Amino acid sequence: MNWIRQKLDQAKEPFQPGNKFEKFAPAINALDTFLFVPNHTTKKGAHIRDAVDLKRTMIMVVLALVPALIFGMWNTGYQHFSQTGEEFGFMEAFIHGAWKIVPMIAVSYGVGLALEFAFAVMRGHEVNEGYLVTGLLIPMIMPVDIPLWMVALSVIFAVLIGKEAFGGTGMDILNPALTARAFAFFAYPTYMSGNEVWVSEAATLDSVSGETILGTLAAGNDVAYNSAYMFTGMIPGSISETSTLCILVGALLIVLTKVADWRIIVGGVLGAAAMGLLLNALPAMGVEGNALTNFAWYNHLIVGGFAFGIVFMATDPVSAAQTMKGKWIYGILIGLTAILIRTLNPAYPEGIMLSILLMNVFAPTIDHYVVESNVKMRKKRMQTQTVKTA
Amino acid sequence: MSIYVKVKRGLKLNLKGEAEEILVDAPISKTIAIQPPNFHSIVPKMVVKEGAKLKAGDELFFSKYSDQTRFVSPVSGTINEIVRGDKRRILQIVISPDSEQVFKEHPKMDPLKAEAEKVKEHVFASGLGAFLMQRPYDIIANAEDTPKSIFVSAVDTAPLSASQEFILKDKMNFFQTGINVLTKLTPGKVYLGVDKASTGKIKDIQNAEIINVKGPHPAGNVGVQIHHIDPINQGERVWTVRPEDVAIIGELFETGKFNAERTIAVVGNAAKETKYYKTKIGSEVQSILSEKPVNTRIISGNVLTGQQVQYDKYINYLGNELSLIPEGNQYRMFGWLPFTYNNIHSMSKTSLSWLFPNRKYEVNTNLNGEERALVVTGEMEEVMPMNIYPMQLIKACMAGDIEKMESLGIYEVIPEDFALIDYTNTSKIEAQDIVRQGLDLMITEVG
Repeated sequence: MNWIRQKLDQAKEPFQPGNKFEKFAPAINALDTFLFVPNHTTKKGAHIRDAVDLKRTMIMVVLALVPALIFGMWNTGYQHFSQTGEEFGFMEAFIHGAWKIVPMIAVSYGVGLALEFAFAVMRGHEVNEGYLVTGLLIPMIMPVDIPLWMVALSVIFAVLIGKEAFGGTGMDILNPALTARAFAFFAYPTYMSGNEVWVSEAATLDSVSGETILGTLAAGNDVAYNSAYMFTGMIPGSISETSTLCILVGALLIVLTKVADWRIIVGGVLGAAAMGLLLNALPAMGVEGNALTNFAWYNHLIVGGFAFGIVFMATDPVSAAQTMKGKWIYGILIGLTAILIRTLNPAYPEGIMLSILLMNVFAPTIDHYVVESNVKMRKKRMQTQTVKTA
Repeated sequence: MSIYVKVKRGLKLNLKGEAEEILVDAPISKTIAIQPPNFHSIVPKMVVKEGAKLKAGDELFFSKYSDQTRFVSPVSGTINEIVRGDKRRILQIVISPDSEQVFKEHPKMDPLKAEAEKVKEHVFASGLGAFLMQRPYDIIANAEDTPKSIFVSAVDTAPLSASQEFILKDKMNFFQTGINVLTKLTPGKVYLGVDKASTGKIKDIQNAEIINVKGPHPAGNVGVQIHHIDPINQGERVWTVRPEDVAIIGELFETGKFNAERTIAVVGNAAKETKYYKTKIGSEVQSILSEKPVNTRIISGNVLTGQQVQYDKYINYLGNELSLIPEGNQYRMFGWLPFTYNNIHSMSKTSLSWLFPNRKYEVNTNLNGEERALVVTGEMEEVMPMNIYPMQLIKACMAGDIEKMESLGIYEVIPEDFALIDYTNTSKIEAQDIVRQGLDLMITEVG
């Protein structure tokens, strides 16, 4: 360890203030803090500090994503081989998926981190760790066959327009990962929707077709999967969104460590269930509805991107509501609108992406009204006080 | 009828190096210094020169903006030196104490029988005004104000803080007289916060409304008690006094002497002997610590809100602790991995330290990370037991938005109320510093 430390200190020498590469210090510092928690001591304020830092928090989310990611890799292969009819085992399926997905992750991290480093150098601040999560999320919510250059372009759009234009980490209005997906969705709809993108190589092999469950329902066809398949995730879909089970494992990890706020997740599930129940009740109220509205409410919770979105995207603390009450409202509204968009607008069978982005925009307003009630309480107290003394 | 303040949100930090309840006399400090920078926003006007002979209680300087706020010498002796910094700002007034202490004789007064105005005049004329702190803003009280109430908190919940009840043990009479004095300074009530579990004599104090305090830090912070019992609105003033200073006030009224006795608890995992020392206000650090500690931070005050002091300098005016903790200037390889280095305390569940609630932790001054943008939400609220939105208030302070600061409750807080936010927040934001700057802006813009 000392040896590495010495080498690193030597390597950092040209980056010290006054030296040749001073401007590029954030880049080498990022490497340094990746290897070592720095020797910085408190200068102002409290003299002692908690062991937690942003890197630890972000890595926690990355860990929580791992089950869904591994399952996604396997499921990619499973969906492909089970349709082509080839013989396959666990490893074949996993490798088939990994072969497609690892390059996507590499491109996402490569392009995104390069931009992050560039902005850190340009603005003279340290590299923030937020992209560690965003960079992994972006490939996980894409269809598996999306070309790598589209991933790269989506990343560039998300980092530049979604994040840095608003001032960088901590300032963004919209969740950067969903911004990337929304960009790809609207810019390259043929690669992001339809019935040929959800299973690996469906577009090139005639024997393979892949319709998501929501797509099938939107087309008015019958669903070939039962709830157990939907819950475990052996269904077509974006890479890591399918397995509610694996997502739950991740959710447990980030909720128990308090990295994600449970209020948003619980609120979201309640909202979605309520909307699902309401739509299921339409026939009883004399309205016919459609295949999507009649889809059982509990199935709505375990198909499509709902589970993944509410656990990993809606809980992004920067773009979510920031007050406790606000988080409840925000979560419930996401749940309600996600199912509403999903069922009532056949052009967008995946409602969770749009509903989260929509609520990202409204989150500051929600917070405003929550905080305003605190302000009003204070004003009211002041008035009663003046009356008492008068 | 007793009042209760029960707090759930907060953090009880168990640290190694608590002071044993042993009181020893510290040797008389070779020199003693009053440091005007200890008194926030006070600009001193000197009334004595270098070489002047002083009795204990003789005036040293007064505030440029309020000549009634006087500051007096804690000891009798000779002024050695007036140390000045940039722009001739006075940093220290160094006094060599006499071996035999002589006190300035003040008239004795029974505060309960005297007129309120006379009592107030006596307090400010004798230099006791320096112990009265004003809220909002955490500055020395202005003699022209009348506070709506006065709060004393004899329960200190901060990590490794001195036990106020132990300090007051032999000074109960003076403390009672001091409380009697305070009742004359406000038309409202005098509140005394005590530990709900306390069985000591402190609960028998008369003429003060007793607040039974229960809960983790910052329950003992006087600000939390004010917030729950008599919150401060715009334009209102509340004064606060630290318990040992109440006793000094009482002693002056009873004996006519300004006896600047200060009890200092030496605490912290870098301290060799953790016990209480009886000394004078403004004593040298080395009069208490006989040996210069190596690679150790010496803090006058507690580890959350105190100020770093050098071994060859002086203890600050207020505060009952000298906290010694090692400097944390070393690297930790892959220290950011979750569930590693569980020997470092963390309120976050990303460390396993929460599995050991009774463990006593060793601490150092390492930042355990680097400053980052504010990302995580909801963690500040967990250590803020007030009906205040801490993150929103901090952001308003950063933006210098006076209207917003007002409406979010800036009048009710002082930096120490944000000390735990300093400690726990993931982004290593200096919340206390930000709030101090916000308060300073309020002083210049609103007053």
